Amino acid sequence: MSDAALKEKPSHAGFLKNNLREYGMMLSLFAIMIFFEVVTNGTLLRPLNLTNLVLQNSYIVIMALGMLLVIVTGHIDLSVGSVAGFVGAVAAVLIVKLGVPWVPATLICLLLGAAIGAAQGYWVAYFKIPSFIVTLAGMLVFKGLALAILAGQSVGPFPVEFQKLSSGFIPELVPDAGTLYPTSLAIGAVLALALVWQNFRARARQESHGIETEPYGFFMLKNAVFFAVIVYFAYLIASHRGLPNVLVIMTALVALYGFMTTRTVIGRQIYAVGGNEKAAKLSGIKTERLTFLTFVNMGVLAALAGLIFAARLNTATPKAGLGFELDVIAACFIGGASAYGGVGRVGGAVIGALIMGVMNNGMSILGIGIDYQQVIKGLVLLGAVCLDVYNQKRA
Amino acid sequence: MNALLEMRGISKNFTGVKALSGVDLTVEPGEIHALVGENGAGKSTLMKVLSGVHPHGSYEGAILFDGEERRFRDVNDSEALGIIIIHQELALIPLMSIAENIFLTDPPARFGVIDRGAVHRRSKELLAKVGLDEAPDTLITNIGVGKQQLVEIAKALSKKVRLLILDEPTASLSEKDSAALLDLLLEFKAQGIASILISHKLNEVSKVADRITVLRDGRTVDTMDCSEGAVEEDRIIRKMVDRDLEHRYPKREPHIGDTIFRVSDWSVFHPQHADRQMIRNVDFEVKRGEIVGIAGLMGAGRTEFAMSIFGRSYGQKITGRAEIEGREADLSTVRRAVDAGLAYVTEDRKQLGLLLADDIRKNITLANLAAVASANVVDDVKELKVAADYRTRMRIRSHSVYQETGKLSGGNQQKVVLSKWLFTDPKVLILDEPTRGIDVGAKYEIYCIINELADAGKGVIVISSEMPELIGICDRICVMNEGAFVGEFLGSEATQEKIMRAIMRQTDKGPAFSSPAPSSPALSREGERP
Repeated sequence: MSDAALKEKPSHAGFLKNNLREYGMMLSLFAIMIFFEVVTNGTLLRPLNLTNLVLQNSYIVIMALGMLLVIVTGHIDLSVGSVAGFVGAVAAVLIVKLGVPWVPATLICLLLGAAIGAAQGYWVAYFKIPSFIVTLAGMLVFKGLALAILAGQSVGPFPVEFQKLSSGFIPELVPDAGTLYPTSLAIGAVLALALVWQNFRARARQESHGIETEPYGFFMLKNAVFFAVIVYFAYLIASHRGLPNVLVIMTALVALYGFMTTRTVIGRQIYAVGGNEKAAKLSGIKTERLTFLTFVNMGVLAALAGLIFAARLNTATPKAGLGFELDVIAACFIGGASAYGGVGRVGGAVIGALIMGVMNNGMSILGIGIDYQQVIKGLVLLGAVCLDVYNQKRA
Repeated sequence: MNALLEMRGISKNFTGVKALSGVDLTVEPGEIHALVGENGAGKSTLMKVLSGVHPHGSYEGAILFDGEERRFRDVNDSEALGIIIIHQELALIPLMSIAENIFLTDPPARFGVIDRGAVHRRSKELLAKVGLDEAPDTLITNIGVGKQQLVEIAKALSKKVRLLILDEPTASLSEKDSAALLDLLLEFKAQGIASILISHKLNEVSKVADRITVLRDGRTVDTMDCSEGAVEEDRIIRKMVDRDLEHRYPKREPHIGDTIFRVSDWSVFHPQHADRQMIRNVDFEVKRGEIVGIAGLMGAGRTEFAMSIFGRSYGQKITGRAEIEGREADLSTVRRAVDAGLAYVTEDRKQLGLLLADDIRKNITLANLAAVASANVVDDVKELKVAADYRTRMRIRSHSVYQETGKLSGGNQQKVVLSKWLFTDPKVLILDEPTRGIDVGAKYEIYCIINELADAGKGVIVISSEMPELIGICDRICVMNEGAFVGEFLGSEATQEKIMRAIMRQTDKGPAFSSPAPSSPALSREGERP
């Protein structure tokens, strides 16, 4: 094979145009953050508020990872909010009422989430019942079950160890460091370095095989910005109370799902199922099983989100999880997932969730009522998807 | 006599790409005017300009109808004058009845309430005109493609058509249905309705057309008059491709070895109706290095046979024995069939073959991801090399392997699908209608690839509705009808007549099929089977 066939270096402008979609979303997130930072007179990025922002949105981000896969296979899951609420309720009953230690209780809850996902995925994958209907039923069922097992009451408080899941911070190794948490800052810096190193390694590998890469200047700029942004955020987080446990969980999951969707065989196959199920099937891909597994996965992540949410409130209430599904689904679509399946990125879904989160937070600081917050969020969702469709048509 | 339609110097650009440059087309009243050319030659674009899909102002040049210049803003404008276009992809609503579809846009109504009696009555008249013997309240989904095509024509007639444009009307029809459709065009001609026929099937074109206009690269190459006797197909092809295609089928010296694939006593039942046997205990074999054709009418069971073999992708209660290289093969799932060395290139590229939103690279490796992955992680460099390799070898014309397959031409899409299956390194390939909707030049390339595969010692099975193609490339042709093989010919001895006779001999036995002549349009058409 001639390597020359691979070397078709695009111009800077051409490259930007081709990748506008990917970077456009990130730029919108930055723009929205800067906007709120300015209009809230610097409140948005105060270390305390930033930490809260992470804690408030972690469960949405975690569920968005599962929802993205469901949407990519061409389905939808309306039940995630109810499932999260139900699992939180089960955790409260197990831990608070029955005195089950929190570790086995957490495991039971995650397994319960998997079982719920399996139950719904079974009908969708093998019986071809539209996921909209199956999960609409699931939404009602689990909302009702949560009410039933809590008997309409709030149950709490949780033991301190369980609360740490969501309100805890990683331990500080350096004693008497004053107001800054050096361990957290160091972890942030190491992470940023690792990311940049990884980018350079991948680029070197691609170049050694003569594969088309992004323009050099652009690549350097991108890495510099990434590095600066991560270190800056690590610094902000480190000047409050350090890295929250939940941020560690979230980052690990985002990295795992990002890798899974882009690099692994199963990830590729999930996109194939969503892109053209019949063609995927005739290419030897077990389409039903993959659809089933995405729902199982969604169930586990919804359960995890439910646990984090319950731990954060330190109580399980019958209203927990109400309306989460809408935020989660909106996050995926704002992040560029296609309602027809086959298209969507983990990074996009995370950015989508953060855009929603920053807007919620920023508007609350500004004192905008919950009424108009919803109006604005709705319009942003519509606008983001319209822009995306417009961009695709132009391409 | 004044021309019915005159298109003068039509030019059209799509963001920098010239689709049409100075095309002239004249259609006389009551003539059948064929429009031929390779894919991408500009036929469809020209017809979109004519029908108002591309409105006045988006192109240069003038359209004269009845001697007056017309400026169509949209399709309604052109339809008002009786210019009706029937697209390749039929625009019928499956879960509505024939009558509802015919009067979809403008039903006879009083005060906004649809007059159902009138709809029924007028539908019946129109169906009689097109020779379709179906109740007007039959749902579209319950009739075959051939009949659906007739419903489209009835719909056109309901709009007082004066110029009927048919875009590849026979692409998905069997020979018999095609013949019936062409007869209908001749009948319309007698009534003074002119038609423009876009087709890749040159034998049909030369049969019915009064004049043939050849387009190439957005220009009119020539308009040939057929009145002085039939125009030779080769002459048309030469004009279409601008190169001398001495042989439409590449020459090949077959080297046939021992049996590589054999199925015996293979029986399949309909997936929904468990008592309908679709494949009737057939035996079939392919040898190493052999190209075997399966001929037959649409609905004969060829695709059903192939798909039932390939991982039981069709039907139920499948019984029979399959052997690859003399050993019994487990073909119970697609994965196992692929692992056993079988590959199946579907007849419907877009619906069943490709991930249209994904690039060439991802499509090529899809069926054999394990080969470009280690520990279930895809090695992107290895994958890219594989894709680039196939892109070069198969001459897939694209700007890179990152191009979306949905944006490729039919021929290049087919090459991507072929690459995907070649990458699984199959022993036996089943190619279902491998050249459907592909232009002449790309067809030749596909034939060359098929020959190479056979020469590499693989067993190749080609299912095709185009008999000249089978005769041109196959070493052996098996004829299928109603789920059984009814004849077998060596490629060198086969003729279209022999194949048709084998089908008819069998068909005539059935009580439902009483007409004798193979070409008679009255013969049972595809889709009329229960």
